[in-house]
Amino acid sequence: MVNLANPSAFLAVTRRALPWLALATAALFVVGLWTAFLAPPDYQQGETVKIMYIHVPAAWLSSFIYVVMTAASLGTLVWRHPLADAAQKAAAPLGAGFTFICLVTGSLWGKPMWGAYWVWDARLTSVLVLFILYLGLVALWRSIEDPGRAARAAAILTLVGCVNLPIIKFSVDWWNTLHQPASVFRLGGPTIAPELLWPLLTMALAFTLLFVVLHLMAIRNEILRRRLARLTMLAAAEGDALAHRFAAGGSGA
Amino acid sequence: MSDIPHFGFIVAAYLVTAIAILAMIGAIVLDYRRLSRALSRLDAARNRDDGQ
Repeated sequence: MVNLANPSAFLAVTRRALPWLALATAALFVVGLWTAFLAPPDYQQGETVKIMYIHVPAAWLSSFIYVVMTAASLGTLVWRHPLADAAQKAAAPLGAGFTFICLVTGSLWGKPMWGAYWVWDARLTSVLVLFILYLGLVALWRSIEDPGRAARAAAILTLVGCVNLPIIKFSVDWWNTLHQPASVFRLGGPTIAPELLWPLLTMALAFTLLFVVLHLMAIRNEILRRRLARLTMLAAAEGDALAHRFAAGGSGA
Repeated sequence: MSDIPHFGFIVAAYLVTAIAILAMIGAIVLDYRRLSRALSRLDAARNRDDGQ
């Protein structure tokens, strides 16, 4: 079995897997978009329901990516897995990107359906807090130069921030909100018509696979960035040693 | 197509999504190219130094 904790083995596996994963993602997007545009209009929302096929997968990913980052943070703090902090760092900008998509598409869906681009209700506000958390984590990684210290600080902030996840999930049950309650993953089964549900699930799978591809690519970049930093320091140290030898030789002559 | 109610909102939502996804892909690909180039330059410089 390949030891994925070894960065070189990870690079070799991603080099082989990425083209196939990217191809599968593109195929799923083609099928998902095709079936979404052929899907019938909703009986209340009409064609505006087409926004659901991008808004819901982005919303699902915005929380899922934070779960991935929470697991990676545990990997950093508890198990000290060599790739855990790279995975956490690589996921933060992607989380911010998909949460941005979720907020903007939700806003563009909200205006025609609710009459407002934005309302300060629990679901929207908690997702906005999640977006700010992602941006804060990206900023934290950039502001601490020592990667080890940055990883520990980001891991702690991620673990503190994960309290927001159940708030996002249950905000529609706990408080009065304009946002509709869960209609796909619920105890009594989905309440969406199958003609709308299948394109939605296909798009959700396409978005998830897209995240997997982008995350693997971003982790690969992180490994290369660390290799580059190590080699640069090594070259600088060798340069210093050479300079010292040269200076010692010069003074002894 | 434009006689569909709220057509502009639907198109705007898909456009924003496409732009955001392309921006994420572009940023990661450009970062990879920059890092690969820098590593190749460093390797070439080290090989040159070793050869001397």
